[in-house]
Amino acid sequence: MTISLKPSNSPPEKLQPTGWLKYLSFSLDHKVIGLQYLVCGFLFYLIGGSLAGAIRIELISPISDFMPREVYNQVLTLHGTIMIFLWIVPVVNGAFGNYLIPFYVGARDMAFPRLNAVAFWLIPPSGLMLITSYFINGAAQSGWTAYPPLSITTPAAGQIIWILSVLLLGGSSIFGGINFIATILKLRRPGLKLMQLPMYCWAMLGTSILVVLSTPVLAGTLILLSFDIVAHTGFFNPSLGGNVIVYQHLFWFYSHPAVYIMVLPAFGLVSEILPIHSRKPLFGYTTMVFSIMGIVVLGLVVWAHHMFTSGTPPWMRLFFTIATAFIAVPTGIKFFNWVATLWGGKISLNAAMLFSCGFIINFVLGGITGVALAQVPFDVHVHDTYFVVAHFHYIVYGGSVFVIFSSIYHWFPKFTGKMLNENLGRFHFIITFIGFNLCFAPQHWLGLNGMPRRVAEYDPQFQLINQISSVGALLMALSTLPFLWNILQSILYGEEAGDNPWEALTPEWLTSSPPPVENWEGEAPLVIEPYGYGEKDSNKIQEVMK
Amino acid sequence: MTSIVPKEQSSESKKNLSTEEHEDFRLFGLIAFLIADGMTFAGFFAAYLTFKAVNPIGPDAIYELELPLPTLNTVLLLVSSFTFHRAGKFLERNESKECQRWLLITGALGVAFLISQMFEYFTLPFGLTDNLFASTFYALTGFHGLHVTLGSIMIMIIWWQTRVPFGRVNNENKFPFEAVELYWHFVDGIWVVLFIILYLL
Repeated sequence: MTISLKPSNSPPEKLQPTGWLKYLSFSLDHKVIGLQYLVCGFLFYLIGGSLAGAIRIELISPISDFMPREVYNQVLTLHGTIMIFLWIVPVVNGAFGNYLIPFYVGARDMAFPRLNAVAFWLIPPSGLMLITSYFINGAAQSGWTAYPPLSITTPAAGQIIWILSVLLLGGSSIFGGINFIATILKLRRPGLKLMQLPMYCWAMLGTSILVVLSTPVLAGTLILLSFDIVAHTGFFNPSLGGNVIVYQHLFWFYSHPAVYIMVLPAFGLVSEILPIHSRKPLFGYTTMVFSIMGIVVLGLVVWAHHMFTSGTPPWMRLFFTIATAFIAVPTGIKFFNWVATLWGGKISLNAAMLFSCGFIINFVLGGITGVALAQVPFDVHVHDTYFVVAHFHYIVYGGSVFVIFSSIYHWFPKFTGKMLNENLGRFHFIITFIGFNLCFAPQHWLGLNGMPRRVAEYDPQFQLINQISSVGALLMALSTLPFLWNILQSILYGEEAGDNPWEALTPEWLTSSPPPVENWEGEAPLVIEPYGYGEKDSNKIQEVMK
Repeated sequence: MTSIVPKEQSSESKKNLSTEEHEDFRLFGLIAFLIADGMTFAGFFAAYLTFKAVNPIGPDAIYELELPLPTLNTVLLLVSSFTFHRAGKFLERNESKECQRWLLITGALGVAFLISQMFEYFTLPFGLTDNLFASTFYALTGFHGLHVTLGSIMIMIIWWQTRVPFGRVNNENKFPFEAVELYWHFVDGIWVVLFIILYLL
């Protein structure tokens, strides 16, 4: 493909490779970096998914027969760490954020392109380090939370590699966050007001504030933990006078906001997809903005609801229960707004729309169990059981991963200039939706009846339900095949998409597919009404396309 | 690197840049980074204060701090903030000889702080792993000392780059100078908080 480059202030790109090789280079183009994040994240998703498969195979029978218990612990730890730090966080933030945010603010690239490339290139080495730790003396065994004293007493090598890897990924995340804040606040096209930005910008602004405020605390905590492991200090080691609860507080000060770091961008992406495929303006733009910011503020003060069984004093339980219940309010507002956006719209049930609707259904279920878990008496009953596992997967898989698939179906024509096969996409959605619910819905029952999480062996009375869950997991694994086939098939022989196949109004569709290196051949379009669908729909698109 | 194009004033944008230009926001990015860095310290302080509130120190544990040396350190850092600011004034007036002199003094004060800190480490009656408070003391001051070390190195680089006529930092290209100055003030500010929390409380 040849692109006529406009002369500009950006550094010369003559030495950059072209064609597919640019995806393996230290490219400074935000679109290339976005796709690097996406593909790299998806490869880690396949690895993390295989590990999940190994867990479900082990849990088919109540005894530990498929793998030794130590290996089960390692698989469990790697699965959690990979899925959170190498798949969902980099993809919902890094991939779509890098690809879309410069378009949405009307810029030619991110605010700090080099920092952006560095942030991406920290990810593959730390991911490889994490995985190879399995082959050197065994990976970390203490779960993705790495609670001491367990993380201090299990073999040190794997745990230290785990810490280093998470520190690098945290650094990557902070660099990304700084970049997004600067891009959204400082790099907006002249004349574009904050309240005219597409909703994903607001979601990314909120997320980046959370990243910048909370990730460094995790980094500091892990540095202290590594001192405990390597230098035998006693910060978190009770036998040396330390305090494990302090670790839990510091860890959850990051890791609760981390849930919003995974889910807020997904909220933003859904807010982009729903209006386009139902041909209606996004309902309640202002309330959406305020509820995102409300979630950011509240998200920073609810962490101790993960610690109700850690001997937290009553006043703390009371405060954190109330604060957590409050988060349901802004989240609920968003859900009503999405349903109102769909209401009476001209809905096209394509794959992107189906996955977004699947997200709404799954996330409401996960949200309801979340509010239930915030109540101390209930939480004490189901703490560390499969109920929590089910809740969490409804949030991050039913929530974020469904949105990632939805976004891939929606933006694939922009990424590649080719359409995906809609029927294969719908088929992919149906298996994923059935498989997901078959896998995780029964786990609520397991948890309520007392099956603990993170253990390779269980009481034989739970066998049937576990087997049903494993069948669901098998379906989820199979659902990847039509998706991959669809992607391959479409890249090679797909129908040409044209510039704006969805007749959308947001700025990324107002340029060619795939877009030129500097996003627009001429000046960036000024889109002050990104959701102006409806009555005079086609006129507006005609107008904007001019 | 940026130019401001005067055009008719639109109601919203005060800057009036075209889409091909933007203001310099590198300092904005640095401030965001410093907020993140400050949160790391905040986490450490929170851990220390919680330990202090919840974990009683053992009867035979040795944890005593002397005040004179850290007070001297505080003075060193505060003076160095002042001298850095002074160097900036001279840079603005294009008097690079004076600017370099004050930068050198600033760097020397930073190094003096590090030497004094080392001296304190070697004279203290407890080691890293002796007890919880000893560990926290070394972790906090050590992490801060790492910042001072990096800051001193960066001051020396700036000192080298303000030389005339080959240096790259001058009145026209002030950002590296301003960035290191902001970072240095940040490190000083953290030290004051650390001094109050660790030594005075």
